[in-house]
Amino acid sequence: MTSLPATPHRLGERRPWTAVVHEWATTVDHKRLGIMYVVTGMIFLVVAGLEGSAMRAQLTFAENKLISPEVFNQLFTMHGTTMVFLMGMPVLLGMANFLVPLQIGARDMAFPRLNAFGFWLFLLGSILLYFSYLGAPGLDGAAAAPDVGWFAYAPLTERPFSRGNSTDYWILGIMVGGFGSMTTAINLIATTLCMRCPGMTLMRMPLLTWMMLVVAILILTAIPVLTAAQVMLLFDRSLGAHFFDTQNGGDAVFWQHLFWFFGHPEVYILILPGFGFISEVIPVFSRKVIFGYPLMVAATVAIMFISLGVWAHHMFVVGLGPFLNSLFAATTFLVSIPTGIKVFNWLATLWGGHIRFTASMMFALGFLAMFVLGGLTGIMLAVVPFDWQLSDTYFVVGHFHYVLIGGLLNAIFAGLFFWFPKATGRLLSETLGKWSFWLLQIGFTLTFGPMHISGILGMPRRIAYYEPDRGWEIWNQISSFGVIFQILAVALFAWNVITSLRSGRRAGNDPWDAWTLEWATTSPPPEHNFDTIPVVGSRRPLWDSKHPEDPDSSYGA
Amino acid sequence: MVGVCAVSHLMLLATVSIDNLEVCTPGVSPTSIFHPAGPAATHLNDVIWLVVGVTAAIGVVVLTLLGVAIVKGRRPAGLSPGAEPTQVFGSNQVELAWTVVPTVIVFLLTLVTVRVIRDVDLTEMPDGALRVQVIGHQWWWEYRYPELGIVTANELVVPVGRKIWLELESADVSHSWWVPRLAGKRDVIPNYQTNTWFQADATGTYLGQCAEYCGTAHAGMLLRVDAIDAAAFEAWSTAQRSTAADPSSAVAMRGRAVFESLACASCHTVSGVSDGLFGPDLSHVASRATLGSGAIDFSEDNVRRWIDNPQAIKPGCNMPSLGLTPDELTAVVAYLMGLR
Amino acid sequence: MSAIPASILTDPVARPSRGKVGMASLIMMESCFFATFVVAYLFYIGKSATGPQPRDVLDLGPVIVNSIALFASSYTAIRSFRALAAGAIRAFEGWLLLTILLGGYFIVGTGLEWYGLITQHGLTITTNLFGTTFYSLVGFHAFHVIVGLVCLTGILVLSLRGHVKPRDAGRVELVGWYWHFVDAVWVVVFTVVYLVGRDGGTLTP
Repeated sequence: MTSLPATPHRLGERRPWTAVVHEWATTVDHKRLGIMYVVTGMIFLVVAGLEGSAMRAQLTFAENKLISPEVFNQLFTMHGTTMVFLMGMPVLLGMANFLVPLQIGARDMAFPRLNAFGFWLFLLGSILLYFSYLGAPGLDGAAAAPDVGWFAYAPLTERPFSRGNSTDYWILGIMVGGFGSMTTAINLIATTLCMRCPGMTLMRMPLLTWMMLVVAILILTAIPVLTAAQVMLLFDRSLGAHFFDTQNGGDAVFWQHLFWFFGHPEVYILILPGFGFISEVIPVFSRKVIFGYPLMVAATVAIMFISLGVWAHHMFVVGLGPFLNSLFAATTFLVSIPTGIKVFNWLATLWGGHIRFTASMMFALGFLAMFVLGGLTGIMLAVVPFDWQLSDTYFVVGHFHYVLIGGLLNAIFAGLFFWFPKATGRLLSETLGKWSFWLLQIGFTLTFGPMHISGILGMPRRIAYYEPDRGWEIWNQISSFGVIFQILAVALFAWNVITSLRSGRRAGNDPWDAWTLEWATTSPPPEHNFDTIPVVGSRRPLWDSKHPEDPDSSYGA
Repeated sequence: MVGVCAVSHLMLLATVSIDNLEVCTPGVSPTSIFHPAGPAATHLNDVIWLVVGVTAAIGVVVLTLLGVAIVKGRRPAGLSPGAEPTQVFGSNQVELAWTVVPTVIVFLLTLVTVRVIRDVDLTEMPDGALRVQVIGHQWWWEYRYPELGIVTANELVVPVGRKIWLELESADVSHSWWVPRLAGKRDVIPNYQTNTWFQADATGTYLGQCAEYCGTAHAGMLLRVDAIDAAAFEAWSTAQRSTAADPSSAVAMRGRAVFESLACASCHTVSGVSDGLFGPDLSHVASRATLGSGAIDFSEDNVRRWIDNPQAIKPGCNMPSLGLTPDELTAVVAYLMGLR
Repeated sequence: MSAIPASILTDPVARPSRGKVGMASLIMMESCFFATFVVAYLFYIGKSATGPQPRDVLDLGPVIVNSIALFASSYTAIRSFRALAAGAIRAFEGWLLLTILLGGYFIVGTGLEWYGLITQHGLTITTNLFGTTFYSLVGFHAFHVIVGLVCLTGILVLSLRGHVKPRDAGRVELVGWYWHFVDAVWVVVFTVVYLVGRDGGTLTP
């Protein structure tokens, strides 16, 4: 580690830009890497959001000719791939990077340089994916960006059906980014297990840290399977192997099994950090300790195990036979039990609290409402006969956008409003934040609510245009209309960030009167996080110090 | 503030109820899953309503609890700044309750699910069913009736009131066969045979479309099932079994010559004339109602437009524009119009 | 800082070494990667439409010798690390060299096997599903052996230059964990490819 600045660099300070770039490019500080992850992820949120908006523009009218099928197919492939791998993963891993060492009272991650390596791998992967727009056409002018869908079902991805190099860019971009995620996961596991401050037992770790630990384990279980499947596909495409080459005995369903063995845990990799943010935000703004901490931990671990055994519920229409269909329906129902426990525990935390309706808290409440709705449509889809009708329709699109946008994105915003002051030293504007909140909820509901109906009316997903006689047009128009609100909300948030960085109110160490260790240090924290390593005696060390007459430790918590 | 919050949750709830109300009205869409027209779809419809009811009830309970918690959770006025509410760390009884109750609900739902799976997910052809082989192509459907010796494309003609057993295969990539009013969808996967069945209870046309993304023209891979009465079906199958009609005029005669001499014949079968396999069988193409897998209605004008430039009608499809002269075009159209 | 009181330390927190946790995590991740290829191999056993089939071309004799060499290298590796921990640098280097030679023998043996398969039997990754799954699984294992050999050789070179001290035993042992893992993978690969898959290959005519 070369010379590091003696005093922490504060945002907004005037220095030659080359020095700033050099400092950020060579940093191994978990906080800076975390911020870089989040910023990159939010940029990709805008990119993927614009891709989604373009699709909504095309689908506003039946038989619309605004966007050609070729381009539309690229749009939904890039939208899905970007949202999952280039937006969801980096934002969540970035927040984990920033918060986990602070929450457990550590001075950095276990392997700081590996941490930086992971970020740059992720960035390389995302650049590779988007470079496809330039590089993939190759000599034969084939499709530019990948157009095989984010789950890239074989054999559509095999050479005969996907010429040019677009699918190879999809494989390589995701694979390289995946290596980045895996190194970060190793780092998170080692950090949580080995770097905890004195007194920080596993059962005293903040729930966010717990969930990130579980997420890291899931990453190490699920992503290697995707990597292996992608290697197989790459061998098929470049070496002439036959893994998924159905014309030579390869098996298309085998790809589906491998992909979803990764794909379903991936859903939990994305949503569990969201659960983590909510589990930190709701107690602080309800002014109550989280209800049922041990059960929350148990439910998280249960979700981890169950999520590894539900993948074939993405394949109910494949014809796996009555036995497997029944089995995977049962395991899928099981996952709703620990998820339900979490929701009820959050409600119980709210119950009888003194709620402070900050922007962060409002996003957290929005998460609860949206996530419950998305979870319930998820239960519907687990009923196999229901799924036979609605799999691969807009009902599914509506369902997972309620979970991932109404749910996860709300949770991310809750987290960003909550920890932005810690990262920058300045508070975001609450007024603008509440405007963003309401615009987003209206936008979400208008866009993704009607999708359930167009699905019920028989509209499959991933179609570039549709027939006018199907009765889908009005619902699609409402969906498209809602996009305007979402764009406004995100633009307002961007404006909020920019203005608050310059002139936001100073946060101080602990603007929310919170209880976990990250609030015990300065905002932003110094390079080494803590001048003296803290010692904790309970799950809420700052509660203990603020209420010495009634510390948590006396309740064994 | 809190009031607005509650309104928003009611609004969210409303989306679920709109789902339930709007689509009950039959005829709102020809592809609504809530308007089943045969036992396979009706079975699914029954359980779907049950599940919608159960989940809606759960939703109402949970969101009401959330609303109440929010309304009641307002910080009481006149509290000293540092005052905190009672800290409740948990309760074994309460937590046990909301572990056990969902478990019971989920168990019951599993039983219902398994039962319907058993009833609907048949693994063998039911007695007395009509067997049809469905072959998915990029981006059209081939139908073969092995017992009747019929090969046709894009429009599945079936007798009303009889079980139809579908054996699904793909010639290239994965597709999915879905006609919502008749049955749930079933994927069509290369090198992997799947089956499904349906029965149309009333005569009529049932629409659907490919539901698994299959490449460029996925959106144009429409499905159409025509259920006709037994006598009409008998007549139809006799006509389909016959060899393709010979041209009946000089123009049509020239049209057949063009068809044979140009690339048409290498992709399309016309019984007794050609045996191409890449495109739909055209032996009785003029008996169909649509062209290009449902892209446009079958009419002389449309046939002409289609052959002249298929890409303009169904972007991305595999049929090229052959650049026929207007004269050749007229001849080929005349020939095809005679293939009843 | 800090508002945090030095609260009563109710229990001392056990904190394992981060190197060990990191290596264990890496091994877990690699296991999932290999498991996928093993499942692919098992899944495609007997599904090759054309020959050659495993039973026609896989020769057990040389592979068993190879395997013995690889398993023996795990033992020599353990001896070598023990010697380092005990401060016997020369013994450490000797056992380490032997480990590298045994691993190298395995790689050369695999290379010869592949040479025979390609030239005599015309089996490549494109031939059939057997070729596809065989070269992928065995190849990835061999690749991992090579990575292990590079690490071990690096340690040996460092040691010969006098940079490895008994206090490094813990870190060197982590490479040993990796080496044992690669061995353990071979147990699975050998079982699947040469025992299970060899006879299963006769399912198709």
